[in-house]
Amino acid sequence: MMQNDAAVLESQMSFRSFNFYYGKFHALKNINLEIYKRKVTAFIGPSGCGKSTLLRTMNRMYDLYPEQRADGELTLGGQNILDPGVDVNDLRARVGMVFQKPTPFPMSIYENIAFGVRLHENLSQSQMDERVEWALNKAALWGEVKGILKQSGNSLSGGQQQRLCIARGIAVKPEVLLLDEPTSALDPISTSRIEELVSELKNEFTIAIVTHNMQQAARVSDYTAYMYLGDLVEFGVTDQVFIKPQKKETEDYITGRFG
Amino acid sequence: MSATSPTAPGMPSESVDRSGFKATPDAGLRRRRKIANKVALSLSLIAMSFGLFWLMWILLTVLQYGVGGLSLTLFTQMTPPPGTAGGLANAIAGSVIMVGLATLIGTPIGLLSGIYLAEYGKHTWLGSATRFINDILLSAPSIVIGLFVYAIYVAQVGSFSGMAGVIALALIVIPVVVRTTENMLQLIPNTLREAAFALGAPRWKVISKVTVRASSAGIITGVLLAVARISGETAPLLFTALSNQFWSLSLNDPMANLPVTIFKFAMSPFKDWQELAWAGVFLITLGVLLLNILARAVFKHKVSG
Repeated sequence: MMQNDAAVLESQMSFRSFNFYYGKFHALKNINLEIYKRKVTAFIGPSGCGKSTLLRTMNRMYDLYPEQRADGELTLGGQNILDPGVDVNDLRARVGMVFQKPTPFPMSIYENIAFGVRLHENLSQSQMDERVEWALNKAALWGEVKGILKQSGNSLSGGQQQRLCIARGIAVKPEVLLLDEPTSALDPISTSRIEELVSELKNEFTIAIVTHNMQQAARVSDYTAYMYLGDLVEFGVTDQVFIKPQKKETEDYITGRFG
Repeated sequence: MSATSPTAPGMPSESVDRSGFKATPDAGLRRRRKIANKVALSLSLIAMSFGLFWLMWILLTVLQYGVGGLSLTLFTQMTPPPGTAGGLANAIAGSVIMVGLATLIGTPIGLLSGIYLAEYGKHTWLGSATRFINDILLSAPSIVIGLFVYAIYVAQVGSFSGMAGVIALALIVIPVVVRTTENMLQLIPNTLREAAFALGAPRWKVISKVTVRASSAGIITGVLLAVARISGETAPLLFTALSNQFWSLSLNDPMANLPVTIFKFAMSPFKDWQELAWAGVFLITLGVLLLNILARAVFKHKVSG
């Protein structure tokens, strides 16, 4: 069925002959890839294959490190975001990111969410209250924290902190949400809550998720990309990649013979 | 800790487990480890008690000689000529003013430089050079700083002054604050910085709202330790603020202060001066002790909160 609705598939981001370098090290080699709108795309592959690196190019996180650079083309809604003229802060408002370890800021739960919103929008107090509630609701955290919004974000449990970080990311209303191994530091219950959340969020956001957990990729994603040593080995509809991979390497990795 | 697992019933007691390793390490090895542990523990306990012994002796001596001189007149009367009753009021006031102003001047400069070193100029040539020079300044004997301020300020203006003392003390505060600020900011995990950048925050917002806030407890501790350090400095004040027998709050005149007064009174042959010197020593020790306790309390509170 997923193949059938290919007609309405809209590309949100696309990589064209994209290369990435850490100094002299060629970390991503000639990547061509589409990230489809309001779909979940999972990146799998053994450690060091470049999947996190790829994710970090999509909001130009690598800009922080002078020795890292990209060439080729990476478009968001048709615009090449690698252009030097692109304002990275505006880009990051459109492409949000959640990291492996929960990273609450040293401020209250409310302020954690309001921080990002204030950077890009000028809201009245009541509008901000609404936005904070909206974001926490979307992240399935509102019920647990509505009475303690003034408490420090660090006082929450690990799973709650991660949902706070997701809420913080979506409060800015990005188009794309990047999740870099968002559950690898969490317990199984928190993990399944985040996975449910991902399925919910794809109705409104385009999601790219890096994961070490193949079952997780199979459960949450619509598309899967298998990467190895900086190459994109296989990319396709998740069911196909997992059930009938085109490439021998993908099959070996998925069946656990390798990696 | 040992690697033994409970022996399954029916198995020989000196069993070999499934992985093929011996389940119990041999007894000799275990005994040697225990002995080594005891030796290491004893050595560190001896070292600790050696240090504590002198520290306690110093504190007890200060208490013994100093506590007798404590009275209300200590805080209300001026430093007296020999043979007359008096207090340390002008010296206390001078010290508080100079230490306070030096901290007010030195902290922002040190804080901003520390932020530059940790957040902007980490790998730049200017950053490395600043860090190197700051380390030299940090370990420079304070008498050098006193002479420096004498040469560039006191000698030019033509008189010892409270302002010169403030400058000298601020020059001691700056490197301490630079160092602690930089170190505390370096402790902040990079993921926290990246998380703030990922929301589209410009660098100055990331620094002011996230990283500095996350390390504020450590930075405050550093400032308090710098205050503790300068409140006992004598050498830089000898060449700058000198001392003053009278009540004076003017920064353009020589200013009384505890360390130089203690130095002068303790070296004198007069009994009442020596007693006042001990009382002053007691005050400084108490003040530094309280500052250290405050620093610890702030750090603990912030870290756990």
